[in-house]
Amino acid sequence: MDRANVDTDQIIPKQFLKSVKKTGFGDNLFDAWRFLDEGEIGKTNRQENPEFVLNHMRYRDATVLLARRNFGCGSSREHAVWALMQYGFRCVIAPSFADIFYNNCINNGLLPVALSEAEVEGMFKATSSDDPLVASVDLETQQVTYGISSPMSFSIDPGSRKRLLEGMDEIGLTLREADKIRSFERQHRMAMPWLFNNNP
Amino acid sequence: MSGTLYDKIWDSHYVGSREDGLDLLYIDRHLLHEVTSPQAFEGLTLASRKPWRLEANLATVDHSIPTTDRSKGLEGIEDPIAREQVEVLDLNCKSFDIRYFDMLDHRQGIVHVVGPEQGATLPGMTIVCGDSHTSTHGAFGALAHGIGTSEVEHVLATQCLVQQKSKNMCVEIQGPLNESCSAKDIILALIRNIGTAGATGHTIEYCGDVVDNLSMEGRMTICNMSIEAGARAGLMGIDENTIGYLEDRPFVPQGELWNRAVDYWMTLNSDSNAVYDTKVTLDASSLSPQISWGTNPEMVIGVDETVPSPNDFGDEDKSETASRALAYMDLTPGTPISEVALDKVFIGSCTNARIEDLREAAKVARGRKVASNIKNAFVVPGSGLVKRQAESEGLDDIFRKAGFEWREPGCSMCLAMNNDRLYPGERCASTSNRNFEGRQGHLGRTHLVSPATAAASAIAGRLADVREFI
Ligand code: SF4
Repeated sequence: MDRANVDTDQIIPKQFLKSVKKTGFGDNLFDAWRFLDEGEIGKTNRQENPEFVLNHMRYRDATVLLARRNFGCGSSREHAVWALMQYGFRCVIAPSFADIFYNNCINNGLLPVALSEAEVEGMFKATSSDDPLVASVDLETQQVTYGISSPMSFSIDPGSRKRLLEGMDEIGLTLREADKIRSFERQHRMAMPWLFNNNP
Repeated sequence: MSGTLYDKIWDSHYVGSREDGLDLLYIDRHLLHEVTSPQAFEGLTLASRKPWRLEANLATVDHSIPTTDRSKGLEGIEDPIAREQVEVLDLNCKSFDIRYFDMLDHRQGIVHVVGPEQGATLPGMTIVCGDSHTSTHGAFGALAHGIGTSEVEHVLATQCLVQQKSKNMCVEIQGPLNESCSAKDIILALIRNIGTAGATGHTIEYCGDVVDNLSMEGRMTICNMSIEAGARAGLMGIDENTIGYLEDRPFVPQGELWNRAVDYWMTLNSDSNAVYDTKVTLDASSLSPQISWGTNPEMVIGVDETVPSPNDFGDEDKSETASRALAYMDLTPGTPISEVALDKVFIGSCTNARIEDLREAAKVARGRKVASNIKNAFVVPGSGLVKRQAESEGLDDIFRKAGFEWREPGCSMCLAMNNDRLYPGERCASTSNRNFEGRQGHLGRTHLVSPATAAASAIAGRLADVREFI
């Protein structure tokens, strides 16, 4: 997807945020770009936009999304990450990501890979042939490889890497520190009592 | 000491690190609304977990409720899916025993208007909400982050946010500010200068004489749009203004506790020798009213400028983005922006729906008429209390007489989850914060402006220079 500043309003438009569930968002990923008619929850028989990149035959089964800088900017809606994953993406490669979106990816198991502008440009060039580009993204070694190019390394903080690899229960992990939280809370309450129990 | 305000709040809320090395930040206040919370409550229920500290939470409805007559309550919400969403929040707040301003409560409103108005936003606090514009609360010297739904669940269950410390950015705004410009013009100009990713990875602290002289409402408008500059949080130091705004609000401490709190709050400013990773200065003295022309919030020009051409942008990437935006917005390079005709006008949102915003718009609308080519001009107060206040000052009358529609509080056409929206091809002057494609309705076209410019534009029927109206 050769665009910069792809915002979460595009990834999943607001009319789909009315759902109280966590599933069913994949069908409406990039709804306003993927379809010519206006989408609503549950609407079927949609008119596909043949121009839109994800509708090209060779990208139909894509699992890696390649995009330009500042991907995922805008609203904090986690629905954007759910939609990307439920559509079938496992990884997004871009030169940079918006902060909240990046965290939402880590919390849901979608791998955000930041490569340099030049590396991303190289990958875009490589997608211009008729065949789908086959790339492999290895989180263990933190490398992306495709074609005959030499592997490109990406960085990710060790904590996020571990969470993605092991799929841990975030809340469970924090609750292991419950004693620490409780003792912090006691001391915080003494220092700033006005922050506690002041509901009118 | 040589810390920034951000460093100080971080240090006073740092719980420790987890086994995996990530930092835990204690959260004092958690605000909730209907769109990003249902899946979080479901997660809690499925794992048989309980909220860690109930009284830290405060919920209200804002995003998907109608802004027309509310007297029928839930039954009055025509869209069954939106109704379910509101119903689910009602139920969740009841069953988890969370403090809640429901749609019939006179304190209901946009969550970022309600928090400060109730005094639920206090200096030195850490605040989170499943909404990116949580940065608004930074105007009170609170560290306020927008979070995703998994994090909403996490904060409910643990009172902590897993967080990496961000970098410090200082934005100094030098004045004096022209009379025709407001906080909205300042923040639009800043984003134009530094770009939508200009502050990624940073917490912005705003300072300078212009900030010192702004009202709390104006400060909130600036902090609100920090997210549009890529920052996750925006902050301002504490002064008499901050304290004056908070005094006697329902959730603030009383008596001796108030005095103690104020003594502490007044220490919440960056030290004079604090070190920032990035520094930016904005000269606001030469600013004219700002208007967005494109499809992201850095595509902004002054009202006296013309629509730019893709060739004006040095790099190829940017000029391509610009041509796509021009096509979507149906604008021709070289056209004076003040000649662009409008279909609708929206005065509202967490950026600009506080009492002062409505006063500024009313000043322009007083005794004038909305142009005949404008199909709807909405004024949507940020909360029930803002609405009451405005009505007691007669502002509703001024708006109605001029031909504006006076609505019930909510997010409304800021994101068009209810029936307030643009239809394909319609063009709108809007006081909200995002001009993304389709944000205000499928194929709708948004121009971000200040409340005064929005009112002037409604009267003129086109994007207008407010200076002609004062
Ligand atoms: S007014 Fe707009 S930006 Fe603010 S919380 Fe509501 S939808 Fe979000």
